[in-house]
Amino acid sequence: MSELMLKMAGVNARYGAIQVLRDVNLEVAKGEVVVVLGANGAGKTTTLRAICSMVATTGSIQIAGTEVVGKDTADIVRMQVAHVPQGRGTFPELSVTDNLMVGAYTRKDKEVQSDIDRWMDAFPRLRERRTQAAGSLSGGEQQMLAVARAMMCRPQLLLLDEPSLGLAPLIIEDLFRRFGEINRETGTTMLVVEQNANLALEIANRGYVLEAGEVVLQGSADDLRTNEAVREAYLGA
Amino acid sequence: MTAVTTKSRGPFLTWLKTGSGILTAMMAVIVIALIPAIIQGGLKLFLQRVFDSLNNGAVYAVTAIALVIIFKATTLINFAGANIAMFGAYVCWWLNTSYGFPIWIAVFVAMGTMAVLGSLIERTLIRPFDVNDHLPVVLITFGIAAILEAFAGGFWGLEFHKFPSPFPSDPKDRFTIAGAFLRYETIGTLIVMGLMIFGIYLLLNKTKVGLAFRAVSSNVESARLVGVRTGRTLQFGWALASALGVLGACLVAKQTNLEPAFMAKLVIFAFAAATLGGLDSIGGSVIGAFIVAVVQSMLTGYGQEIPGLGWLKSNFALVLAFVLILVVLLFKPAGLYGTRRIERV
Repeated sequence: MSELMLKMAGVNARYGAIQVLRDVNLEVAKGEVVVVLGANGAGKTTTLRAICSMVATTGSIQIAGTEVVGKDTADIVRMQVAHVPQGRGTFPELSVTDNLMVGAYTRKDKEVQSDIDRWMDAFPRLRERRTQAAGSLSGGEQQMLAVARAMMCRPQLLLLDEPSLGLAPLIIEDLFRRFGEINRETGTTMLVVEQNANLALEIANRGYVLEAGEVVLQGSADDLRTNEAVREAYLGA
Repeated sequence: MTAVTTKSRGPFLTWLKTGSGILTAMMAVIVIALIPAIIQGGLKLFLQRVFDSLNNGAVYAVTAIALVIIFKATTLINFAGANIAMFGAYVCWWLNTSYGFPIWIAVFVAMGTMAVLGSLIERTLIRPFDVNDHLPVVLITFGIAAILEAFAGGFWGLEFHKFPSPFPSDPKDRFTIAGAFLRYETIGTLIVMGLMIFGIYLLLNKTKVGLAFRAVSSNVESARLVGVRTGRTLQFGWALASALGVLGACLVAKQTNLEPAFMAKLVIFAFAAATLGGLDSIGGSVIGAFIVAVVQSMLTGYGQEIPGLGWLKSNFALVLAFVLILVVLLFKPAGLYGTRRIERV
């Protein structure tokens, strides 16, 4: 495996008295797309939140070789980590353009405006609706906005939490095709949490399966697709 | 026939339930209620009462905006705000009368001083608590209010002090319009309010810290995930609100005179204004401020002539403010132009 973008070793995470992650070990190489599969409550979302220091965490999490456990979320974001939370996490009262501006909050260079143009080119619907409040967009448009906003920080690591949730099948397919394109064109490393295992495994290089907060299975996307247990539990076959 | 009537009434009734609809209806009721008063007392007296209310309206607006800024960021009512403003007005008066600072310099120094104090309060007394657990923070703001009132009384005494006017305030400094007097002070207060609203607009919409503030107000968790330091942003909100509160206090202190509780009395009206306009809407709270001020001026002016209510006299306005808060919370909790649900208070 080439250079590591993300290395989680022996990670435990808890919300108050409830332990959600148990000794999770997970690695993502630079440029890779890795998917995390698992049932509701398996700890998929918490895995992403642990990386961004949004939950009490012990163990070791390294991003591009730098230890981040105990760091402030704002400092982790400044290492060019973008997180699209479940339910999109847009700013409903802010305009589409302002949402993209906020995405570039940590940047100090002069190319923010040209990046806004770039992502509006990629998602023309966002340009059409640039002055509208994000809260007035459809679910699919909001997900596009959330992804475009995440890309505004020029992430080296993009965390996507159930991007397909609540979207129509055609929109989901388009969205995952875009993720594949973004990964190929920009080389952005992606860690995707997803219930829709079929689509996720199509764009992923590798995958992990979480059960009750523990990694129970890992392998290449092809291996997981043909794995009997995965097929039964997540691929509906 | 019935169906047709319902249909044609639909859009109007829908509009009547929006902020602008309710506002128009309220204005209509106020105007109609005032017609007999105007006929009886004359246009001159009526105009005078409108002019008198403008000054209060501007001061309520400034004070209400200070409340709104804290509420937008934290969904909390800052009960310390009034006394932070009061303390700032004392600082201003003290610099002016004891050290000879020109009044406007004293105002700005006092605003800066209380901005620093406000940000320190956020950092030391507010931030350690979970933002979603409102009770401790509300109790802390009550505590801060009590402490500031005690300190002001201790340093400067409980007696009334005359506050220097920041505007030309000779009895002759006034325009005469249709026989009614429009004082330069009133115009000055309105201009300062206008400049302040414009300044806040620029700050929130054209600067990076303003963008961060709007992001935190809209979605705290997502704001953290794009790298906004939410604690510092709230600290900025506290500093801004404290400075604005001081400005409001300095604009009104000439009329009320200084004493440790002078802003605590006034903030009820600002709270009524913000509740009416929408606790998370700056524009709405400005509109609310002028409605409250006009109604207050009319009721204290004409209310004594209403049979059986003469005994209320000037307390009439305070009762009205509470009734207004109650009615808005009961029937339109988000206010005329607010968006946020009030249950989160």
